[in-house]
Amino acid sequence: MSRLRKDRDRAVRGVDRRSLLAGAGAFALASVACGGGSRGTLEKLLGERFQELSPDQVRQRLDELERELGSRFGTEVSVAATPPMDGVVFGYGLDLSRCIGCRRCVYACVYENNQSRRPQIQWIRVLEMEKEHGVDLSYADPYYEPEEVPEEGFYYIPVACQQCRRPPCTKVCPVKATWSEPDGIVVVDYDWCIGCRCCMAACPYGARRFNWASPELPAAELNPNTHYLGNRPRVKGVVEKCTFCIHRVREGRYPSCVEICPVGARKFGNLLDPTSEMRYLMSQKRVFVLKEELNTQPRFYYFYAT
Amino acid sequence: MTESDTSNGPGPEAQERREILPESSSLVILLILFFGIGLVSLAVILGKPGEEVAEGAGGTRAFGPADFPELDFGEPLLEAVEAARGSAEPDSTFRVPPPPFSEDLFPCSGCHADMEPNLVRRALEEMHDDIVLDHGPEERWCFDCHNPGDRDRLRLISGELIEFDQSYRLCGQCHGTIFRDWRQGIHGRRRGYWNGPKSYLLCAHCHNPHAPRFRAVKPLPAPVRPDYLRQTVADSGAENAEARP
Repeated sequence: MSRLRKDRDRAVRGVDRRSLLAGAGAFALASVACGGGSRGTLEKLLGERFQELSPDQVRQRLDELERELGSRFGTEVSVAATPPMDGVVFGYGLDLSRCIGCRRCVYACVYENNQSRRPQIQWIRVLEMEKEHGVDLSYADPYYEPEEVPEEGFYYIPVACQQCRRPPCTKVCPVKATWSEPDGIVVVDYDWCIGCRCCMAACPYGARRFNWASPELPAAELNPNTHYLGNRPRVKGVVEKCTFCIHRVREGRYPSCVEICPVGARKFGNLLDPTSEMRYLMSQKRVFVLKEELNTQPRFYYFYAT
Repeated sequence: MTESDTSNGPGPEAQERREILPESSSLVILLILFFGIGLVSLAVILGKPGEEVAEGAGGTRAFGPADFPELDFGEPLLEAVEAARGSAEPDSTFRVPPPPFSEDLFPCSGCHADMEPNLVRRALEEMHDDIVLDHGPEERWCFDCHNPGDRDRLRLISGELIEFDQSYRLCGQCHGTIFRDWRQGIHGRRRGYWNGPKSYLLCAHCHNPHAPRFRAVKPLPAPVRPDYLRQTVADSGAENAEARP
């Protein structure tokens, strides 16, 4: 102990008043130089969370992004930040008695949401399940590849983000880069994500994906209609996930997977509207959510229409 | 080291050895274990990926939507739906594309107008011989749904004649619960706006009315397995690094 104290005393004595003042002055000068102007280098370096930006700053950021992506892909790219609608909370229904496991939704999602082609990133994972064992995820096989589906004795559960009301993923994020929007969509701010992947560990549905390498997306395959919190092209080292096609649903369109499904197993609507298809199926059909016992309270409902 | 050893009254040297031996041997065992596990893990890491994956199994190659040009992932909406989006007409909510007629066959009266209706049950041979009837009981036949008089329309059980674009009423006579779900948007595929105009499909767009059971389809390829992910990136790694700033 005494040796420690002696060391500290020496260290303090070593810095005299004059050099301390000079140092402080230099630091102040440097910070002023860096922070000069409304949006200086230092500020830019640190950035600001998307939720804390003023409307002007949002516009500025979107313009920046549009220019950057436009030059990178050589075409005009629109990056929107369409806000949630009032009185709308999105819900999703999936009819397990209809799904045939054809994986059209998986690739339509990749097409729509600008996922990396190599390394491959897909937001939807279709699980082949044994009818014999019911809804028991320990018998799930996502790599099935028979000549034809549906296979005898199997049924299929497509799993993507369940858009929980009590999402464990947003709770564990150390930098608040992911959160629930007022319309129920759990989003990621790719500019703020530090890639720690805590959210991936927390998600009980395995619904989040990580960009392990620089995402490869050919310019010809780019979907130029993008949303800041959704399908704008990502960079290496950030986490991404299903957003119910936020760029489409906030404009009133159905998500891409709903429209591609050849058997019409996917349903989508406003949970607050009593006349919506979602409310009809929730009141009339047998409905369940995945891993109900975890109390994540998903907005993604599986049901049986027959 | 048993009790009989100690009863012989060993000197202090022997005692010391007895203490050292077990410790050093456990150390050796630990070291062997440590390096053994290390070697095995190294072999697993450096070995070929996915050796346990069967030949030809899914998930060893990366596919993207561009590999399936026959599928239209970005199919545009019906013009009627887009047009109805702007207008505020109350009846503009639902649009149905035209019924899926076989090419060059409709209107049926093109041929049938001059023909005497033959009401005898028989296998069709000269025309329409491609139709295989596999819909419900065996007694089912053409004039349960088609109208022997005016062939351009369908006939309900009540005798009412309906156009082909209202065929859902015909199907709904038997399939009542499905019909109800379809009207609510629970059965069948809908496209368009969740809060506005959308397009429905007729039953016949997805189900062949003569053999309505869904055909099995080939699934799109499985996702890449984690142990193959690195491989599929390495293919394009160099160009990837150059293309990105």
